[in-house]
Amino acid sequence: MPHSSPPPAAPHPHNSLTRIGWRRLRRDRVGFAALCIVGAYLLLALAAWSGLVASHWQDEVAHPYAPPTLFAGSAPHHLELDAADIDAADRRAASAAAQDSSGATGLSADEDPLAADLAAAEQQSAQYRSAGQARADSLPLGADQRGRDVLQKLLQGSATSLQVGIAGALLALAIGTVLGALSGYFGGLLDDLLMWGYSVFTSVPDMLLLLAFAAVSGRGIGTVVLVMAFTSWTGTFRLMRAEFLKHKGRDYVRAADAIGAGHGRRMFHHILPNVGHLLLVQFSMLTVALIKYEAILSFLGFGVGVTQVSWGAMLAEAPAELLQGYWWQMLAVTLCMSLLVTAFSLLADSLRDALDPKVK
Amino acid sequence: MNPAPPLLSVRKLRVSFRDEHGHGAEAVKGISFDIPAGKTVALVGESGSGKSVTAMAITRLLPEHGCHIDPDSEILFGGRNLLTASRSELRSLRGGDIAMVFQEPMSSLNPVFSVGEQIIETLMLHTGVGRKAAQQRALALMQEVGLPAPERKMRSYPHQLSGGQQQRVMIAMAIACEPKLLIADEPTTALDVTIQQQILQLLASLQQKHGMAVLFISHDLELVGQFADEVIVMHHGSIHEHAPVRQIFEAPQDAYTKALLRCRPHLASRPAKLPVIRDFLGDSCYFEPPQRQRGYQTDDRVILEVQGLSVDYHSRHGWFGHHSQRAVDGVSFTLMRGRTLGIVGESGSGKSTLGLALIRLQQASAGRVLFEGEDMLALTPRQLRDYKRRIQIVFQNPYASLNPRFSVAQILTEPMLLHGIGCDTAERLQLAGDWLEHVGLPRKALAKYPHEFSGGQRQRIAIARCLTMHPEILICDESVSALDVSVQAQVLNLLQALQDELGLSYLFISHDLAVVKHLSDQVLVMQQGRCVELADADTLYAAPQHPYTRQLLDAIPQGWPHCIRPRPA
Repeated sequence: MPHSSPPPAAPHPHNSLTRIGWRRLRRDRVGFAALCIVGAYLLLALAAWSGLVASHWQDEVAHPYAPPTLFAGSAPHHLELDAADIDAADRRAASAAAQDSSGATGLSADEDPLAADLAAAEQQSAQYRSAGQARADSLPLGADQRGRDVLQKLLQGSATSLQVGIAGALLALAIGTVLGALSGYFGGLLDDLLMWGYSVFTSVPDMLLLLAFAAVSGRGIGTVVLVMAFTSWTGTFRLMRAEFLKHKGRDYVRAADAIGAGHGRRMFHHILPNVGHLLLVQFSMLTVALIKYEAILSFLGFGVGVTQVSWGAMLAEAPAELLQGYWWQMLAVTLCMSLLVTAFSLLADSLRDALDPKVK
Repeated sequence: MNPAPPLLSVRKLRVSFRDEHGHGAEAVKGISFDIPAGKTVALVGESGSGKSVTAMAITRLLPEHGCHIDPDSEILFGGRNLLTASRSELRSLRGGDIAMVFQEPMSSLNPVFSVGEQIIETLMLHTGVGRKAAQQRALALMQEVGLPAPERKMRSYPHQLSGGQQQRVMIAMAIACEPKLLIADEPTTALDVTIQQQILQLLASLQQKHGMAVLFISHDLELVGQFADEVIVMHHGSIHEHAPVRQIFEAPQDAYTKALLRCRPHLASRPAKLPVIRDFLGDSCYFEPPQRQRGYQTDDRVILEVQGLSVDYHSRHGWFGHHSQRAVDGVSFTLMRGRTLGIVGESGSGKSTLGLALIRLQQASAGRVLFEGEDMLALTPRQLRDYKRRIQIVFQNPYASLNPRFSVAQILTEPMLLHGIGCDTAERLQLAGDWLEHVGLPRKALAKYPHEFSGGQRQRIAIARCLTMHPEILICDESVSALDVSVQAQVLNLLQALQDELGLSYLFISHDLAVVKHLSDQVLVMQQGRCVELADADTLYAAPQHPYTRQLLDAIPQGWPHCIRPRPA
């Protein structure tokens, strides 16, 4: 046949390919569920970021290592030394000292020049202790070393991790797309130069590059975003270069040339929307990768600053906790992160299927 | 007539496809026909007629999912119902008693094995002979299908052979096991006319020599008229006419068959307007419109003059090496205002490159293109802008030349926006709607997207996009080649009407000599980048001077009774 028979008319007329793709995604149950999960995470992260929830994550609201409510009975018990314990120890020491007929310092109260100051300090600290709120014995997801609520930390950590992942992915996508478009569309010397740059960049191990950037530029969310964008634009670059190379010879781009459209218009008005679905897929895959990278960076201590919390920073506390049997913080972070990463990956898969203009 | 039972009989075959919404579409609507042993039966129809689906059903190559064959359907081959046969039975039948040849030889051959190896594999699988014997037989087969230097070709890989040679290899594989039935699905559609003729001759002689039956599937009635015994005309999944070839051509009964025969341009006549299917399906009788006279007149004004145009393709070897190949070599011609210059050639003749070079979509390496005296090749990009508007191009594939992400409104208003035609969006939309109606589409199509249109409609949109800029010259690069015969007639009529009304000048590039003759005043024949003949259309077709032109003209399928005489084997 000269050409394949036209597909049966769509039930709803006047549908752009984008809308058809969206409908296809809606029909894909797994994909749509993944989209809902990702959407829920985004909402939570937005709420946490704007301070609606979990803004007091740094408050020490429970006893250190307070167990999750469900496991309050069976969890390993943490021995906390509070003021009473210290007093008792002091008293024991004092009585021992009395037996020795000398104080802890070997001086009597009258002889000790600091005795008055110490007594005042003790009174003050007693005041603060009573002013502090009562600490909880258990929390929904337990507490960490300083008695902070793991649930609140988790929410705040989600906001940080998603923020870093999405901002990093967007930046990487922008760098990769612009360079790839220039390289593939214009070709020639520019392509050679960019490809050499790309080859050099990819020949250095990713982790080394990440750590080198991170070590030079200090800590903080902004740094992490920049560092990850600068190391992960290469995949997008290669993809976009190939796509632009392919599309620039297509008839519709030639037709645009024939009607007088300039280079910029052909690149970003004609070709870009036709490769946009690939960018969307690339975006979800990059976000997943960057969330994981962030966790690794923070775990290694090159990530977000000490005043911020992210999943990586929470995981960094895990090794010491696990040694003592406090498993809840690590489990919560792991589950939370796995769910998001899995949902994002499934979403990327479904997007690829739904948005591919060839699969009708 | 023939007391012997037919080789293959299809009974009440009904096939439907289900799309992702679950909507069923019936592709084949209960057709029945027989293929007698040793005869050639042709299945003819346009795209979507169900002819290929029928062939796939016979070989059970239809996809398992989304495709439903009615349980009442029967396909009897040697007393067995193929539709209920087991997989192992089918495997021994396919490639054994029933063989197939497809349209695209390149994609049917495995690119990583030599062609000899692929024939040997077929032989060893189906006849169970040893490797040595298979090798001997493969060599004989390659000789039989007319491959030059068969010993050397045995070791060639598919990409080292030309399209015609690849198809010969496919035919060799198909006849390797002496099949009783050969199914050929558009085996020559992807080939040049001269090669097409050779392949048809080969098929005809093999059919006679081996006494096999052939089911030949094609969209081209003229082509099958040359060597089929019986013709089945299909349309929308049902059989419209099934008759011996002589009757189809001399006394067609069905209106659709009549229409198919008439709506293709013929070399012998040039009606002012081509008939379309609708002219025959109504009650009223069809009257042939008056003939149109063509040819450059003495009082014509020159609009485009091309002098010694050459185009080189450069490819890079390694870091610094360059390799260049001349695609167009010193071509000169003149185009008169309001006239059509046809450019004819086979694939690789440089005719499309020539068209692209004229509007500077392809860099020319030498020559001048004078548009009303101004050399377009010497203009700076800024100066070129205005000339670009005046010379436009319509591409071959309407599925590729429209941006799939743009609505029709966007497609049509973009050129106006770029060239400052119309003062605001409302006016441009109004103009776009006007042009749509001009090319025969409803105004409400503006809101639709390209994928919602058929091929012919898309080509109309592509033409409308050019017209929005009020061009003076339109380059039609194989613009009707991808369309079905009936749609092709409509688009040709549209092009003709636009020329009459707007005084457009056409450069009509095509491999199809009949279509070029219908539309052109002058014809330029190209071979390997060179112009071999340039003359008025009527002169050129009546008295071709160059041997290559004669060869091309001889290769045009003319239908019955211009039967192919099988060459003595």
